Amino acid sequence: MRPTLHLVHLYPGLLNLYGDRGNIITLQKRCAWRGIELRVHQIGLGESLPPDPVDLYFMGGDQDREQTVVERDLRERHREAIQNHVSAGVPFLAVCGSYQLLQQYYRPAEGPELVGLGIIDAYTVHPGHDVPRCVGNIVVEWEGGTIVGFENHGGRTYLQAGAAPLGRVIQGHGNNGEDGFEGARTGNVFGTYVHGSLLPKNPAFADLLLHLALKPRYPDYELEPLDDSLEATAHDAAIRRARAMRG
Amino acid sequence: MDSRAGSARRVTVSPRTMLALFVGKLAAVMTRSLGKGGGTSLPGLLATRVQPHLVRELASQLQRGTIVVSGTNGKTTTSRMLASILTEAGVSVLRNASGSNLTRGVASALIARFDLWGTIRSEVSTFGLFEVDEAALPEVVELVQPSKLLLNNLFRDQLDRYGEVAMVARLWSKAIARLPAAAIVIANADDPLVAEVAVNNSECPLYFGISSVPDKGSTGEHASDVKTCPRCGGPIEYTLVTLGHLGHYRCSNCEFVRPEPVVCAENVRLRGIDGSDFTLAAGDVSASVHFPLPGLYNVYNALAAAAAATALGIDMSQIATALGNATAAFGRMERLEVDGHTVYLALAKNPAGLNEVMRTILQSSEKANLLMLLNDNTADGHDVSWIWDADVEMLAGHTGQVAFSGTRAPDMALRFKYAEVSDERGGKSRIELNTEAGLVHALAGLGAGEVLFVVPTYTAMLDVRGVLTRLGHVNPYWEE
Ligand SMILES: [Zn+2]
Repeated sequence: MRPTLHLVHLYPGLLNLYGDRGNIITLQKRCAWRGIELRVHQIGLGESLPPDPVDLYFMGGDQDREQTVVERDLRERHREAIQNHVSAGVPFLAVCGSYQLLQQYYRPAEGPELVGLGIIDAYTVHPGHDVPRCVGNIVVEWEGGTIVGFENHGGRTYLQAGAAPLGRVIQGHGNNGEDGFEGARTGNVFGTYVHGSLLPKNPAFADLLLHLALKPRYPDYELEPLDDSLEATAHDAAIRRARAMRG
Repeated sequence: MDSRAGSARRVTVSPRTMLALFVGKLAAVMTRSLGKGGGTSLPGLLATRVQPHLVRELASQLQRGTIVVSGTNGKTTTSRMLASILTEAGVSVLRNASGSNLTRGVASALIARFDLWGTIRSEVSTFGLFEVDEAALPEVVELVQPSKLLLNNLFRDQLDRYGEVAMVARLWSKAIARLPAAAIVIANADDPLVAEVAVNNSECPLYFGISSVPDKGSTGEHASDVKTCPRCGGPIEYTLVTLGHLGHYRCSNCEFVRPEPVVCAENVRLRGIDGSDFTLAAGDVSASVHFPLPGLYNVYNALAAAAAATALGIDMSQIATALGNATAAFGRMERLEVDGHTVYLALAKNPAGLNEVMRTILQSSEKANLLMLLNDNTADGHDVSWIWDADVEMLAGHTGQVAFSGTRAPDMALRFKYAEVSDERGGKSRIELNTEAGLVHALAGLGAGEVLFVVPTYTAMLDVRGVLTRLGHVNPYWEE
């Protein structure tokens, strides 16, 4: 049977700073090339979630002004539904600013603390605008091999007991530049600072998300392997470039 | 009273400044004799170490005044057009070299035109025209104290250098605050970020904008950087989107709205790679312009130059004539003849710029042969994720040979794969990290008389220019 997946893309008009659209395009094409239909539901400010089933969530990065607007809408409109979905195993990918929004709280350089959804047991502190941002190529080692991309964030994230890191930083800063961890995984909820875009050069990550999205409703469906030679070339070239630019 | 012809020189600058001029001129001579790119930066860097106030002292002697031009896209093209309008009107223009747009580049340009005694070498009064990097604007404005400040646009570019678009807007507010009291701010009304900066910080900005484009509607592009009102954060609505986030906008939550421009381009009709036609209007004066540079982004550059020239009292018909004779700055859809092929060099360094370049290519070619050059050096921005925000999908079905080169060639190849844009000659798209090899292969793959579009980022453009110079097809850029 030809599966149909429903992806909820939260605040695409507001949270799309670092080529996040590349993540959606990648999921779409990797489904289409296998005959899976991926329906993308773009949910903006003040809009409701589509009716069930929801198989996958994506939320991108942002600039700070937009984060306060989103934070309120997310908390007031969608908190309960998202919590129900993720506790039932629906995968969620949150990049940069939205990774922070899924945490317990975010303390900005100035202004009041922002309460997060509390889905990822972590918090983020912005050390002030005079402290250098965490910017540059990043290489992370995780269960699926390596993840490559680019990070650019002021806030420093600290994982608490309830969250596992997504991976270990081989090069770059990661969550806070101190403990060597990058991102977080809680159940099937993934938060990360890696963009660049994240999924095109990391097809194993993209396929893990699709595998998790298919599992509840299509448990026997096996993802057909694709020709990822160009993806591998770009992945390896990015690692070499990251090494070359370190010096 | 000017006694320049006499033997007694009137020394107007301090000994320290004279020493700085000497150091700068020496550095210029040495870099030139070593053939190192014309010395557009090092002389100023060394001289301002000797005398930090050098730029202020020299710039204050420019009797016709100065203008500082900034914006993410189009600084060079705008400055070039403004310079030719002024030159044709008989004004002597002192400009910094494109790409040397920090304080040191401005200083280098000044050093080259002043003698060792701090006197300007010109028979007529001179106007200073400086294109300046977005982030360097507060510093340069503080030093130059310009009589005009031109703000063209604010796109997402080199985010890893500047943090975010909103931060550049804050820097620009700071720059306006440092202007002399009588200075005029010339701003793009169609860019909400620029307009908000201008309206908040300047008493009476001179706005320019595009009034109507018959072929355009209110649909936005993915490359749009502005989704919320820069004043209140509410949703922003457009009745006309010209390119990226530029157009006719209004906030649906507060009173923020596009200011009414004084200098306008009306009824813009695009003619593909050959340029556009529009009516240039200011108040009740107007002139038609048969403009040879392609794309709406160049119409904005022309308008920016026209608005500045208007503020300087140049006649509208003179402006229109000069715009009709505009030529592309190097690498901005520049046309070259290489081995019997026409080669277009079209700089694209951010999503809005790449979209405009692709649109222009589509208007001029059924099956375009492309060489995409993606570098991630500092001047390009280390972060290449912007390529995913460009609407590469528009090229599907319209390409011939497609090749990729530059330090991040595989990333661009991947972008094309996911846009399902392929080499329609049947071959695998070629990836060649080395720019020279990439260019040689791309040229070798062309049929007789075929056209090649080379689309580079900034440093890739310098690389490809270097290769073409060595092969004898173009002049070194510092000779332009
Ligand atoms: Zn508003």
